[in-house]
Amino acid sequence: MLNFTIRRLLLSVPVLVIISFVIFMLLELAPGDPMANVPLTVPPEVKEKMREALGLGEPWHIRFVKWLIQFFVVEPQVLFDHVFGTGFAEDKLRVISWQTRSPVMDIVVQRIPQTLWVVGMSYVIGVLIALPIGVISAYKQYSIFDQIGTFVSMIGFSVPTFFSGVLLIVIFSVNLGWFPSIYDTTHKVNDWSSFVFQMKQMIMPVSVLALYNAAQISRFMRASMLDNLNQDYVRTARAKGMTEKVVVLVHVLRNSMIPVVTVIALGVPQVFGGAIITEQVFKVNGLGQLLITAIQANDLPMVQTLTFIFAVLIVVFNLVADVLYGVLDPRIRYD
Amino acid sequence: MKLRHALTGAAAMMAMAPMAFAASHSGERGRDGELKIIYWQAPSIMNPYLSGGTKELEAASLVIEPLARYDQDGNLVAWLVDEVPTVANGGVSEDLKTITWKLSEGLLWSDGTPVTSADVKFSWEYCTAEGGGCAQSEKYLDVVSVDTPDELTAVVTFGIAKPFPYGPFVGAQAPIIQAAQFADCMGAKAPECTEQNFNPIGTGPFTVTEFRPNDVITLAANENYRDPSKPAFATVTFKGGGDAAAAGRAVLETGEFDYAWNLQLAPEVLTQMEAAGKGKNIVSFGTSVERIMVNLTDVSPDLGDERGTAAHPHPFLTDKNVRQALSMAIDRALLVEVGYGDFGRLTCNVLPAPAVFASTANDACLTQDIEGAKALLESNGWVAGADGVREKDGVRLSVLYQTSTNAVRQDFQALIKQWWGEIGVETELRNIDASVFFGSDPGSPDTFQKFFADIEMYTNNFDGTDPEAYMANWSCDQAPRPETQWQGNNMPRFCSEEYDALVTEMSTTGDIGERARLAKAMNDMLMQEYVIIPLVHRGRNAAHANTLGGVIMNVWDSEIWNAADWHRVEM
Repeated sequence: MLNFTIRRLLLSVPVLVIISFVIFMLLELAPGDPMANVPLTVPPEVKEKMREALGLGEPWHIRFVKWLIQFFVVEPQVLFDHVFGTGFAEDKLRVISWQTRSPVMDIVVQRIPQTLWVVGMSYVIGVLIALPIGVISAYKQYSIFDQIGTFVSMIGFSVPTFFSGVLLIVIFSVNLGWFPSIYDTTHKVNDWSSFVFQMKQMIMPVSVLALYNAAQISRFMRASMLDNLNQDYVRTARAKGMTEKVVVLVHVLRNSMIPVVTVIALGVPQVFGGAIITEQVFKVNGLGQLLITAIQANDLPMVQTLTFIFAVLIVVFNLVADVLYGVLDPRIRYD
Repeated sequence: MKLRHALTGAAAMMAMAPMAFAASHSGERGRDGELKIIYWQAPSIMNPYLSGGTKELEAASLVIEPLARYDQDGNLVAWLVDEVPTVANGGVSEDLKTITWKLSEGLLWSDGTPVTSADVKFSWEYCTAEGGGCAQSEKYLDVVSVDTPDELTAVVTFGIAKPFPYGPFVGAQAPIIQAAQFADCMGAKAPECTEQNFNPIGTGPFTVTEFRPNDVITLAANENYRDPSKPAFATVTFKGGGDAAAAGRAVLETGEFDYAWNLQLAPEVLTQMEAAGKGKNIVSFGTSVERIMVNLTDVSPDLGDERGTAAHPHPFLTDKNVRQALSMAIDRALLVEVGYGDFGRLTCNVLPAPAVFASTANDACLTQDIEGAKALLESNGWVAGADGVREKDGVRLSVLYQTSTNAVRQDFQALIKQWWGEIGVETELRNIDASVFFGSDPGSPDTFQKFFADIEMYTNNFDGTDPEAYMANWSCDQAPRPETQWQGNNMPRFCSEEYDALVTEMSTTGDIGERARLAKAMNDMLMQEYVIIPLVHRGRNAAHANTLGGVIMNVWDSEIWNAADWHRVEM
């Protein structure tokens, strides 16, 4: 298993380099101009000077190598300096965003808390709701509970978040005035009332996203449970005189979790990727919003860095899912 | 009618309200607590010299200020000086080559140090430093030196006579930054000064306490602001992100925010939101005109490198009668109603404001005249073919009409296509993503400068109130062509010696009346040649809460230019 993990980790290095190159070339070849948002009153000569100041005058391969060095050498040094108080990265040029003229990684770090709070929380809640619903729906297949569960997950699947989000805002913010429609990212939780406020501002985005996540995962859970409930070992377990509780929650559940865990693990990178639409609707301004505004502004260093970080997360969590597979199912051995 | 009367009455009350409250609205600084502003496009930097974007410019205007700026009527007002220099008061030299600014006494930066003429000089040096990519360097065009004979005097010398010397240090685009803070940020180092670019030290009513790029800016009242009773607000939360509808909702419907800018929404949506009674819409008209540009060159792909250049005249748009018919067929009143409601006005000029420059010679365009357009084409030999499309000598009146992707623009395209269809002109529509269309990548065939189409539509305006540079956009040498890497502002590739003579004359004329005559003459020439077809005079709109007083919408400068005077009003 350890061998397998090391082999996979080594293999992911060339994979990631190729990915970063593909992302870079896609952005490079895509039409668009970082100066397009500058008002027309700014003359073209000035825009050309601004473009040069951004380093756009250099050929693409030089810019790609620069980015590689900045991302893989300078940024880790900055992190190292930050943790140990050393000075390796002093005076070295970091990955600089074209919009803000500030280091991309600083902004990413600034955005992570709200994304984790809202998107991460909705994922945890989604999973916590989905698992019991999936188990009960499968155990009592075609019961009223199963029908309702199916209905709700169909809604979760099919209603887009830009609709359900705005619907919640209109009901709870505009008409009832219970919750704020705009998320305050500067809010700090330090006592009971500020905690209540944090709950209030999180409740709408979290429920919109949790519904969506729960819908997907509960269907997987249900399907996986149904597969296992009809297996021979389940009959054997019952024949041995085990209680239904033990049969379902120990034997069936454990075996059914194997594919579901994979699905859950593969969904984690999406949490870091943020929820572009939901973040926009509720003005959470997390990583998703950062990516979309960077795309709109043609801020290539920002888009490149963010998409690459997402690529890293996807590669890593694929590996995690594979390893978990082996842990949960002793029959699977990679060596 | 009753409702309308009631509304007029309410509006009158609103107009009087600030006066009634004016007396009670003085007091100590920071008495009104928190001000919440929402810009749905979030500012990404606080230094307007490094970003030409309006959102950054306006956010920064809370912190850093110019020597003089424009008020809501487009008049220059002294800001960090006691009076605006003019030839009459001796501030501008007779030869129009120098302008002398005298800073007000006792001005302090927010860190408590005095503002000196060295800071003024530095601001010029900063923006014109090599490799800095300063977005506002146009403001400092032709400045050869800035001298500082004493602590409070800055003398700007131009290399040529400047009839309008109010480019440098005037308006939100060219504020004064602190020399001490930005000393190490010159030229190529400018982008690395993250701390300075996010937290500039200024003379404005507020200072940055925390800047989160593209998210939220927290500001506090400037303890060293020149008026001890201002600003009324102790803190400002300047939130960004979301979309125009959400921003409008937050101010007009839920009342969570006090001020929202640039609400590009359908007029009926805004009226509906306003009905919730929490806030109101405001609008102000500047120089923005949504216009159609008519291409006078042939853009047929067969022409290769000479496509879209003056070497190949357009097969039929060079016929003035065709251009005139296209203009006559348009119902501008309907366009205003559909696209902008109260936030748009009818115009027949590409230069609609300030009032002194606005021509009335072209007002015939205000009424649609389909029959007249048909007759005009008919009498000039353009006769309808079998499919209803007019043609002459085998040339069909079929145009490609491009614009950027935007709901209102696509509505306009559909309407105009229909009207042109009625007069026998076939129209093919195309829309291009704004970042490509307005980008100036010479490699892309889809930019508005390359204009590889027959007709294109967009909005443009000019900074400040002086149209000299704007009207010079349509001189011959401004035509985008391969030799200029397809840069330039003369999209129609209009070229007239007479027009160029007027441009030259204006650049040497100082008298305001004469300048107005010249600007009008240029506008009328463009209009009567129908190379530019104006559609809508667009206003800039915003919304503010009913509890926020002192807002005076201003399109000539930053729209939150007078935030120091904003205050809370009791409802």
